[in-house]
Amino acid sequence: MNPFAAVGRAFITFLRTAGKLGIFGFHGVRHIFAPPFYMRLIGQQIMSIGYYSLPVVGLTALFTGMVLALQIYIGGSRFNAESLVANIVVLGITRELGPVIGALMVAGRVSAAMAAEIGTMRVTEQIDALTTLSTNPFKYLVAPRLLAATLMMPLLVLIADIIGVMGGYIVGTGKLGFNEATYLQTTYDFLEASDVVSGLVKAAVFGFIIALMGCYHGFHSQGGAQGVGRATTNAVVSASILILFANYLVTELFFSK
Amino acid sequence: MNDVPKIRLQGVQKRFGPKVVLDGVDLEIPRGKSLVVIGGSGTGKSVMIKCVLGLMRPEKGSIQIDGEETVGLRGDARDRLMRKFGMLFQGAALFDSLRVWENVAFGLIQGRGMGRVQAKKLAQEKLGQVGLGAEVGELFPAELSGGMQKRVALARAIAAEPEIIFFDEPTTGLDPIMADVINDLIVHCVEQLGATTLSITHDMASARKIADRVAMIHKGKIIWTGPVEEVDRSGNPFVDQFIHGRAEGPIHMEVRRP
Ligand SMILES: Nc1ncnc2c1ncn2[C@@H]1O[C@H](COP(=O)(O)OP(=O)(O)O)[C@@H](O)[C@H]1O
Ligand SMILES: [Mg+2]
Repeated sequence: MNPFAAVGRAFITFLRTAGKLGIFGFHGVRHIFAPPFYMRLIGQQIMSIGYYSLPVVGLTALFTGMVLALQIYIGGSRFNAESLVANIVVLGITRELGPVIGALMVAGRVSAAMAAEIGTMRVTEQIDALTTLSTNPFKYLVAPRLLAATLMMPLLVLIADIIGVMGGYIVGTGKLGFNEATYLQTTYDFLEASDVVSGLVKAAVFGFIIALMGCYHGFHSQGGAQGVGRATTNAVVSASILILFANYLVTELFFSK
Repeated sequence: MNDVPKIRLQGVQKRFGPKVVLDGVDLEIPRGKSLVVIGGSGTGKSVMIKCVLGLMRPEKGSIQIDGEETVGLRGDARDRLMRKFGMLFQGAALFDSLRVWENVAFGLIQGRGMGRVQAKKLAQEKLGQVGLGAEVGELFPAELSGGMQKRVALARAIAAEPEIIFFDEPTTGLDPIMADVINDLIVHCVEQLGATTLSITHDMASARKIADRVAMIHKGKIIWTGPVEEVDRSGNPFVDQFIHGRAEGPIHMEVRRP
């Protein structure tokens, strides 16, 4: 096999997929803003994406904050910088770890569920049935999910930020012997609005990616149960990779002045 | 106006990659008549209906509804056209996250903006027409047997009183008695609505019951069409083989002999 042809073919496939994804996302967004609006469905999605992800996101944030404090202390003690625990925890959680780890967890939960549900609807012809009942599947299935995920992810991350910093506080004061008041004061002094805001902007982008991947792969699944399984896997993997990629882009946008 | 066929397909071609599924299908259905298309599995019957509904786009050919070309129609024009159609899918395709009555009322609520209370009342009426009580309306589709699901799907297809109804294998997978119940319901509902119908089946008992005319599809083409009374003396060896269900004949199933 000719390696150049293989690379070329892979590149063309990549471009074609990117194009299809772009069109898919465009239609999804267009239907968010064009009536009729399915308020019930948007409400349902807000519950299942936002509310039911709280335990997962909260627990991950807690443990992340805890381990972060521990690592900074251990690493920092090598050059007498162990006093920086509170500062680095709040910076790391709000800028990076809150949004990224939160989004990765939600991707595993929500992208997979969306791909499985929409994929099953595709292979059992329920999506065709929507069309024959004068209902646009983009408006009915895709738009509410995109909207709800984009709105709910920042809220989840805000909560994750708080819990993550709290995890650092627990380890910092309980195990590493920091003074409670000093720790809180340092955290507060070091907390920058721009860090939190950049994290929330990231979260909104990640939320959009999570729903887009779930819907896209579900919509294009084919070939019965196996196809739905494949769609689910692809949704989670591609959402995770795109989240990390987008994370770099947004960080670059915010902090490279 | 009345001699314009309700549905007319001319030279419709559809392929998936190199595989030609429909290879120039010509078909006409007069207003208020019922055409049944028979043919083996995988001959493109479902694909043909999906082309007429606009769920798939044929590469070539023309599909006219009420004399109006519909291939490539989009947006509002497509939406308006969709309201003429009702469709019973092969696998029922009920929305499993919704209750039975919400399924039946779906086209009324989402498609036509009817209020939920009024739509529910109408849905219960339609469920009654297919012999299901109001209590079934509160169940979810997964709680129903195959025959009941088909009946709910039938109720959903007729709920908005469409001008044209498609039935894709309405009796496949049902026992003969339930199949006959469904056939009777179809005949009854269609009479009441005065709808034009296109049905697909490989169940000859069903075809004889619901058809005015019969067409046979083979290798992507319509190879015979005629009134249902003539299906037994078509003089067409393909039709004869099919209606008698013989393995020997001009139709060769792709089975490798040991
Ligand atoms: N979406 C699709 N993609 C590729 N091939 C398809 C698709 N839909 C149907 N086909 C193929 O078209 C042929 C006809 O299918 P279908 O119309 O479902 O047959 P039937 O006459 O049993 O209803 C089959 O061989 C099937 O594999
Ligand atoms: Mg079929």
